[in-house]
Amino acid sequence: MKLSEVANLVEAEVLCGNEKMNVEVKQGFASDLMSDVLTLSTNDVMLITGLANLQAVRTAEMSDIQVVLFVRDKQIGDDIVELGNDLGLVLLRTEFSMFKTAGLLYNAGLQPVF
Amino acid sequence: MRLDYKVEGGDFARAGWASSQVKKVLKQLGVDQNIVKRVVVALYEAEVNIVAHAYRGEIGVDIDAEKIVMRLEDEGPGIPDVSLAMQRGYSTATPQVREMGFGAGMGLPNINTNADIFNIETKVGVGTTLEIIINFKSNQ
Repeated sequence: MKLSEVANLVEAEVLCGNEKMNVEVKQGFASDLMSDVLTLSTNDVMLITGLANLQAVRTAEMSDIQVVLFVRDKQIGDDIVELGNDLGLVLLRTEFSMFKTAGLLYNAGLQPVF
Repeated sequence: MRLDYKVEGGDFARAGWASSQVKKVLKQLGVDQNIVKRVVVALYEAEVNIVAHAYRGEIGVDIDAEKIVMRLEDEGPGIPDVSLAMQRGYSTATPQVREMGFGAGMGLPNINTNADIFNIETKVGVGTTLEIIINFKSNQ
C-alpha cells in the first residue's frame, strides 16, 4: 500500500517526509509499548502508535522502521518532527483511534506482522 | 575503533543518541543491516535502562573487523536479583519510564536475544555494568 493511500484512508496529516508518499508499506504494527516494537525482526513495517514522544521516533530508527503513524489526535512536538526529518523518516498523524486506524488499514490490505 | 559516550539518568530527550551515533558508524563501515539492527536494538535498550534506572553512565564501544564490544557502566541502584530481572515481564520501572514506552520488563531479555555474548555485573547501591558482544559474521 502506498503511503499516500494510507494517509488518505485515515485522513492523516503528513508531518514530514512528504516527498516519500509514493513509498510502499506492506505491514503494520500497532503498539504504545516501544519494547514490543524493538522485538520485531521485520523491517518493512509501519509503526502505528499513540506514544507521542521522541522515543517513538528513536525506536523506529533502531528498528529500521521508515514510517510512524501517530494516532488518537496527539499533538506532535517540533522536536519530534525535527528528529524524524533528520532521520529521513515519514511521520504521519491522524485524529482517529488506534483501533479505527488499524481496522481501516487492515481492511484495505495492510498486513499484520504476526 | 573506539567510541565513548556519556549518558545522564532521567534525560529521556537524549535517550538513544549514543545508539544513533553507533548506528551511523556501523552503516558507514558497511556492516550487514541485520547485524546493525541487532547491535542498535540491544544498545538502545541498554542506553534506555541507564536513563530509566541509573544516575549516570558511560558507554564504551570497541569495533574491530570481527565484532563489536559494548560496555555500559552505570552508577545507580544496581540489580538485587539478576535472574529475576532477566525474566520477561519483571520490571521496577517508574510510571515516568512507562510513559516513555518502556518499563514492561523486556529490556534485558531483548538484549540477551540480540547479543552473542551478554554479561551483567551488578552491585546493589553502586551500579551495573553490561557487556554486550555481537559478532559481525554470526548466523543468529
